[in-house]
Order: sequence, then C-alpha cells, then structure tokens
Amino acid sequence: MSLTPGLYTQEGTQSPNQKSSGKISGQIAIDNRGTMTSSKIELPGEVKSDPAALMASLQLMPSPVPDLEIKYTKIFINNEWQTSVSGRTFPVYNPSNGEKICHVQEAEKADTDKAVQAARLAFTLGSVWRRMDASERGRLLDKLADLVERDRTILATLESVNGGKPFLQAFYVDLQGVIKTLRYFAGWADKIHGMTIPVDGDYFTFTKHEPIGVCGQIIPWNFPLLMMAWKIAPALCCGNTVVIKPAEQTPLSSLYMGALIKEAGFPPGVVNILPGYGPTAGAAIAFHMGIDKVAFTGSTEVGKLIQEAAGRSNLKRVTLELGGKSPNIIFADADLDYAVEQAHQGVFFNQGQCCTAGSRVFVEESIYDEFVRKSVERAKRRIVGNPFDPTTEQGPQIDKEQYSKILALIQSGISEGAKLECGGKALGRKGFYIEPTVFSNVKDEMRIAKEEIFGPVQQILKFKTMDEAIERANSTEYGLVAAVFTRDINKAMTVSAAMHAGTVWINCYNALNVQSPFGGFKMSGNGREMGEYGLREYSEVKTITMKIHQKNS
Amino acid sequence: MMLRSVVSSKLPQISRLSLRVPAIQYSAAASIPAPNTQPEVHFNKIFINNEWHDAVSKKTFPTVNPSTAEVICQVAEGDKADVDKAVKAAKQAFRLGSPWRRMDASHRGLLLNRLADLIERDSAYLAALETLDNGKPYALSYSVDLSVVVKCLRYYAGWADKNHGKTIPIDGDYFCYTRHEPVGVCGQIIPWNFPLLMQAWKLGPALATGNTVVMKVAEQTPLTALYVASLIKEAGFPEGVVNIVPGYGHTAGAAISSHMDIDKVAFTGSTEVGQLIQQAASRNLKKVTLELGGKSPNIILSDANLEDAVEQAHSAVFFNQGQVCCAGSRTYVQEDVYNEFVERSVERAKKRVVGDPFSLQTEQGPQVDEDQFKKVLGYINAGKRDGAKLMCGGGVAADRGYFIQPTIFGEVKDNMTIAREEIFGPVMQILKFKTLEEVIERGNDTQYGLAAAVFTRDIDKAHYISAALRAGTVWVNCYNVCGVQAPFGGYKASGNGREFGEYGLEAYTEVKTVTIKVPPKPTGS
Repeated sequence: MSLTPGLYTQEGTQSPNQKSSGKISGQIAIDNRGTMTSSKIELPGEVKSDPAALMASLQLMPSPVPDLEIKYTKIFINNEWQTSVSGRTFPVYNPSNGEKICHVQEAEKADTDKAVQAARLAFTLGSVWRRMDASERGRLLDKLADLVERDRTILATLESVNGGKPFLQAFYVDLQGVIKTLRYFAGWADKIHGMTIPVDGDYFTFTKHEPIGVCGQIIPWNFPLLMMAWKIAPALCCGNTVVIKPAEQTPLSSLYMGALIKEAGFPPGVVNILPGYGPTAGAAIAFHMGIDKVAFTGSTEVGKLIQEAAGRSNLKRVTLELGGKSPNIIFADADLDYAVEQAHQGVFFNQGQCCTAGSRVFVEESIYDEFVRKSVERAKRRIVGNPFDPTTEQGPQIDKEQYSKILALIQSGISEGAKLECGGKALGRKGFYIEPTVFSNVKDEMRIAKEEIFGPVQQILKFKTMDEAIERANSTEYGLVAAVFTRDINKAMTVSAAMHAGTVWINCYNALNVQSPFGGFKMSGNGREMGEYGLREYSEVKTITMKIHQKNS
Repeated sequence: MMLRSVVSSKLPQISRLSLRVPAIQYSAAASIPAPNTQPEVHFNKIFINNEWHDAVSKKTFPTVNPSTAEVICQVAEGDKADVDKAVKAAKQAFRLGSPWRRMDASHRGLLLNRLADLIERDSAYLAALETLDNGKPYALSYSVDLSVVVKCLRYYAGWADKNHGKTIPIDGDYFCYTRHEPVGVCGQIIPWNFPLLMQAWKLGPALATGNTVVMKVAEQTPLTALYVASLIKEAGFPEGVVNIVPGYGHTAGAAISSHMDIDKVAFTGSTEVGQLIQQAASRNLKKVTLELGGKSPNIILSDANLEDAVEQAHSAVFFNQGQVCCAGSRTYVQEDVYNEFVERSVERAKKRVVGDPFSLQTEQGPQVDEDQFKKVLGYINAGKRDGAKLMCGGGVAADRGYFIQPTIFGEVKDNMTIAREEIFGPVMQILKFKTLEEVIERGNDTQYGLAAAVFTRDIDKAHYISAALRAGTVWVNCYNVCGVQAPFGGYKASGNGREFGEYGLEAYTEVKTVTIKVPPKPTGS
C-alpha cells in the first residue's frame, strides 16, 4: 500500500525524517511555544510575496513523506499485532479524494475481551508495571515523546492523509501537542502526592493515589493523535493500563503509536489498541465488567450512551468530553482586526471540526456590520485545497456523512432566514470539501445557532448590552468554552465569571495548553483533562488509617 | 554469613548501599564501566556568562587528590571581584524581558532534561573525575552520585511547568490570584562531600523555578562542577543563568552571603559556617536556606532484624567515608541485644575494604583532605581519652593519602565529645539504652535535628518513635533513603528550609498576590 500525494513535486524529494529546524519557529500554531491548537494559522517566517523567495522558504519546512507505506493495520494487544477474531476488516479512506487507503482489522467484542484480559494481567498486583518506580513510568513517557519526535514527519503525514488536515497544521499543531502532552505527564509521574491527615483520635491517616485499573478510552477522528496523547498520557502517568479505541475513520496514526509504545519499552498489555466501530468495539468497552473506567471524547449523543452503559454494567468511572456550541463575544472596544482573525480561526480551524469551535459569534451592535464585512472578506481569502499543499488552510471534511450533515445544516440556515454572506456549498471537486461559509443575521432559535455543525460555518449574531450577551451565550445545553474580546478589564472579568463554560478565553481563542485543565460544564461533559486536574480522573484515592498507640502533633 | 561475605566480596559497592538507585536494583556491577584512573581535567577557570575567566586577581589554588596527597592541578581562585562579575551576569540574565525570563516554563524543564542527558552521556568521565578529586570509591561515584544527579535534574525538569499559583476567593468585589515567581539571583554555596550531587540539588529547583545562579563550589572539589558548567552551556541555558566561582569560603563565600544584589543564599555545610551566613545575609535580608550538620540517632530496638540492622547501621555511618551530614553517628542499641550488636558491627567494620578508590572492590576511600583527616583522628583520640571503649580501628590506614581505619567505639556515653560533635569520618559510636522514653529523650538531646532512624518490627513503636524524634527525616527499618521526591532538611541547628520534593520549590519561589478590583459579583457565584 502506498499513498501518493497529489500535489507534491519539489518538496517531495526532501528527507522523510526531516526535523523542524530552529528556523521553523514562526506562526503556524498560535505561536511556536506550544499552544495546542491554533487560532492563527500563518506560514512560518515572514510572508513571502516573491514566488522564488516563497519556494526557498518552503525548502526549510517539513514536508510529507512521499509514498508512505502503511505498516500497521492490525489490532495491538500485549505489544503484538493480531488479526480480528471474526476475521473481518474495514476500509479506511483518504478524505481529500475519497479513495481507499487500506483495510484495517476490525475489532469487536471478542477482541475487546482479549484486550481487557491483557490489560488486566498487566495490572495484576506484583506485575512489572505495578512494581515499576513512578519515575520510571515518567521515563517511559519521555522516551515515547522522543520517538514521536523522531517520527514526527511520518505521523504528521499519516494524520494528514487519513484525517484530511493540512500537513503543516498536523506537523506543527497536532504533533507538537502530542509531544508536549507526553512530556508534561512524564513529569507528573512521581509527583502525584497523597497526604497525611491529622484526624481526630489516636490514629495515623494517610492517602495513597492509586491507579484506577484498566481504562477504556474512546477517541474521535478530529485530532486522532492528539486525543490519543491526551488520553494515554495521564492514564499511564498514574499507572493505569489502557484499552483504547481510535475512531474508525482515523485508526492509522494510533496504530503507528502502538509500535512506538512497544519500542519505548512499555510492558506488554499496558496499552492495547482496538480499531473498530462505536456500536461494536466502543459499546463493548463501555459495557465491559473488566474495565474500571471509561473516558470518551466525542458527541454528546454518544456520551449519554456511554454514561448509561457504565451505569448498567459495573458503575465504572466515566469522564466525557463532548460537544459544544461555544459563544465568542466581541465588544465594540476590542481590537477589531485582531478579533475578526481570532473569531475566524476560532470557528474555521481544523475544517471547523473542533469541539471548541466558536460557532456563535456575538458581536456588539455598533461594530456588527463592519465585523461581518471583514469576516466575510477573511473567509473568502481562506485557502481550501489539498492538505499536502503548504499554502492550504483548510482541507476536506472527514467523511461523506459529516459532509452531508454540514451541507444540510447550511441549507437549514438559509431556509430559516439567516443571511448567507459567502460560501454555502461544496467545493465542486473530488473529496469532501466545503466552502468557508458565513451567516449573518442569525437568530438564537435557528438550528445553526443551536446545533453543533462541526464544519466551516460561522454564525454571526448581534447584541446590544453585556447582560443580554451573557444571557444568550449561556442559553445552551453546552458549556465547553467561551471567549470574550474587549480592552475593558471589567467587562472581561464580568463575562468570564458569568460564562457557564469550562474554559474562557479573554482576547484569544483555542489557547489550549497541556498545563491547564480542559472540560465541559453542563452537557459538554464531565471531568477535566490536562493539567494537574487531569490526574484526578485516573487516580483512586485510598485512605489508610492505622490505630496507633499515642498521637502527638 | 558465609553466603553473605561471598556476595559482599563480589558486589561490595552494591550490596551495602542504602541509597536506592535503580542501578542497584538491577545488576549494577556489570554495568559500571571500567574507570579511567587518570581523567583529564578540561576546565579549571571561573564560569561566568557561559565563558571561562581567569580570576581578576590572577590567583590560583591547588586541588589535591586525597588518595595520594598530590596536586591534580591549579584552579582559578575566585574572590569578591569575581563574585561581583558573576552577580552582574546573573542579574543581567534575570532582567525583565530577558530570554530566560521570557522562556516558557516547560522549556526550562526541557533544558534541565537536556542537562540530565548530557551528564548521563558523560557519567563515566564525571564519576572518575569525582573520585580523583574527592576520593570516594568510583563504583559509588558512578552508581550513586551520578545516578542521583541525573534523577534529581529530571525530577525538577518535570516541576518547571507545574509550580502552580492559586486563585483565591477573597471577600469583596476583587479577583485575587497568586503568581509563583522566581526569587532572582541565588547564591549557592556547596560542600565537598557530594560535589556533583549537591550541585544538582541546588541547581535543579533553582533553575526549574526560573532563578539565576551564582554558585561557589568547595575549594577541595571544584573539578566536576566546572565540567558540568560546560554541559550547562552545551544544553543551551542562556548566558548568565548559571555562574560558577571556585574559591574559598572566607573570600568568595563571604562575598556571596553578604552581597547586596543576591536575593537568596542557599548553603550546605557546617553549622558553624551556617551561622555566619545567616548573619551576613541580614545585610540585605536575603532569603536563607541552610542544610547543616547532624549527629543523627539510629535507634535499634531489640525486636529488630538484627542482621539487617547491623548492616544498615554500618552503612549509615561509614557510607562516603563517614562524610555525610545525615550519618547515623549515634547508634542507640537496646540493652538486651547490645553486646551481640557491637560484636557483629565490629566484625562487619573489620571486613570493610579500605583502599584505592578506583578499585571496584573498595568500599572506603580517603578522607577529603588533610584538615579533615587530622580532625577525625583528633576525635578518635578524644573518644579514647573520654573513656569510650575502642573496639576496632582507631588509626591511619595507609602510609600516604588520607585513609583512616573503620573505627568503632563501644560504651559511649552521651556527654562524650564523640557523642555530641559531628565527626564526619568513619567512626561509629554505639550507645546502650533501656526504654523507649529514655532513648527518645537521649536521641533528641542534641543541638541537631537532621535525621533519625528506628529499627523495629513493632508498628506501634515505629510510629511512636518516628513521631517523637525532633528531626527533619526519620527512617524506619532503613537508612539514607533520600528519594529526590521526598523533602530533606533539618530541625534546630541542622538548618532551615527543605530541599527536594515539591517542598524544595518553596525556597526558590516568591509568591506574589495580585488583587484586581472587579465589578460586583453576579449573584450566585
């Protein structure tokens, strides 16, 4: 099997393992300092208007691996590659042309059982993994980060080919985020402190933070590797074992990670990877009696099923990171051009396929028209095309289903009376491309203002007062993130305190960092990932109380 | 005992070590590379702004190989003028907007991890140089000192982006938060007993939290720290972040502790010098942390596993030629096992292999210098004079170099000099006690409070004694277990502040409370 990049010509001759040099430090992410997703996608370095200078600058950039061979297509259990019990496979596609990349072994309940058995064995009292020093778990995660760094180009290529995201974004944003996540949690491994507690009476009481056990993790297709890192890093840092199901759309980079996990030296059974579908493998995880905790990132609809399955089986711990319809509130005193760009990236980043997408842009009346005009101008400039083209800002949607759903929601916007300012249809070429679309005059009750579109569609709404904006922004079942743009410190503080959302950004958007927690209020989920808070979801606290003969302070 | 001595003779450096290092858990002897007994010295100058400088005075001082008493080389002798230069560089590196101040916290962690990688790469060389300059057995330099140095740096690398401030729900319409900021320019004065390890203990937390450093290394053992300076540059730390001044305490050390532009001073060494530092610091009220001397009690109850207790108590006092601040130098043994314990301890001490530190069989090398050598011999004489019973050793162990025989005193009384003062040499005092209450009182009857240990199988006694002892660290059924994750420091005259663990960050962090007036709180939040 091989992948032939459509557009690659000159750059394709570069070394496949080319590392980012110090020169590639510019602005493809929010900045080069590790913010995990981008609200400002620009090419590294200065913008080159002269074509020769542009080409020269491209030579410094990493480029996808040409004709990448797909090495890993099987189920990963016990550090070994296995075929499915049923013998079934499923096809995996390249969304930029709709063509099949390869077939992957399809895990179902029987395979899940095998994986859980392996994970349970790896978690047995006295096992290599349980007896390992916490600092050594950190070293393994650090090694895994080193390996991801080594194979960064390969992984970014896989991510781009299988997920449709622009290669440079995959390289700079996704892979950077993966490496930083692994390193961050590597550092926590031997810093997860229990407490000693001055209880009443002649007792000595202390707590131990123990791993929960076997963790089922079900991850989505929008950031396949990054979500895998977000899930496995804290779980392994705390000493758990893992059974992870990547999305059926995007299993390839996760399976490649399986090989790196083995190479890094994690003992067999500590991480097991089950490519497969939600209703089969996913459901088997959520219902499994041998799984102690399930973590899911995906839609609110499926999140409810997972919670229900956990309740109907063994009351496994549940953390959910679900959908959003996040408000982005722009006051008249904000730096307008900056706010336009941030709001644009806030919704269009990653083809709009972000749970954090700022898909309800509330703009203060006095600047509304100008904001809409500038946003439309910006959206029209957005470069949609082949993900391997280094100038591409937006690739295809992930699959036919998403593509059709987005186009249907665009139609609903038109028919419900929102004003279509630009875009609104498919790109008219092979692959699941959709034009960057902007709606103005959007009303709160329209479907496009209530439902998660998960596509390149921006809704711009008008407001008069701060109180009104707060109330309307909070009037949603979701509560994942919110943002406010203003120069007024009081407005910033008031709005950020009032938002019912797990994350609030002030004068920035998508500024996600490994060090800070992320998760939703209300139906956007429960629990927090990342930061120190993320450790709680993977630890059981054990209180040990010992009768002692005489207590002294 | 037969099996034991066979194992011991094969793995002398491993089987008796109580510092827990992975190298020890796996078969470490095989993994210790053969020593280069004549490691070349590459760096002998003052390190300021990532560059090498001669002393302003052009003076140099000799550093001596304690195994032979021969001069290894001359080293640039920093004094006040050089400290001034170093402080200027450190202050410049700490200015608002500097690369170091603007650097992501996670990147500071990355640099510390890189430094750990480089030290790991050069472990064999550094271990040999440490042995040459300090005299400690090479097998231990390699498997203990170097291994813990790397662990320490990696541990603090992880903390760099995890030193959290708080947001605080204060009364009124305010938003209040704390920022954990670096203290600024930190003066660090380190001793000669674990030159590399003490350097890492000091640098790890200081750099993780974003400070800049002016470090004075001990005049007895400057060489490895200067080599690490070259690795600091190689790792990519910006210039001026770490500056290292070899020199003497009364000149360079005094200049650091009284310097008006140094914001914090950290010292590890004797209690006597610690007091001087605290006084000097009062000039600009710089923050002070001190890790000083000890006379740590090691309490053996009669229900303990005696064989294990003998071995642990032996290592507790003899490890590193007895040159350990937390040495278990008052071994209290319960009456009914006292005689057997003394007998077995003597047997063990007589087997201790003293000699060429580059030999892998060697357990004990020379004392660090002539001063220490004479001081230890002086204490041994005091012990005899005061009427303690010399059970073994007591003399010089070789005709050149500063080797001293493993020495044990029995029938030691609490008021004898050898039971009250820090000897810092291979001399064990064994005292007798009857009851728990008695041994707690006697164990605590000292100006020091660094460490203590208790050996017993009884869970109640273990808890009771560990709660009762006035010491910063208490070990139960083990000794010298200093995990980088756990804090270490002294009660009373053994110092103040804690190093290691999360606690170790506090000494290098200033807490800034920021309070912002905000519009009235929305109801309900």
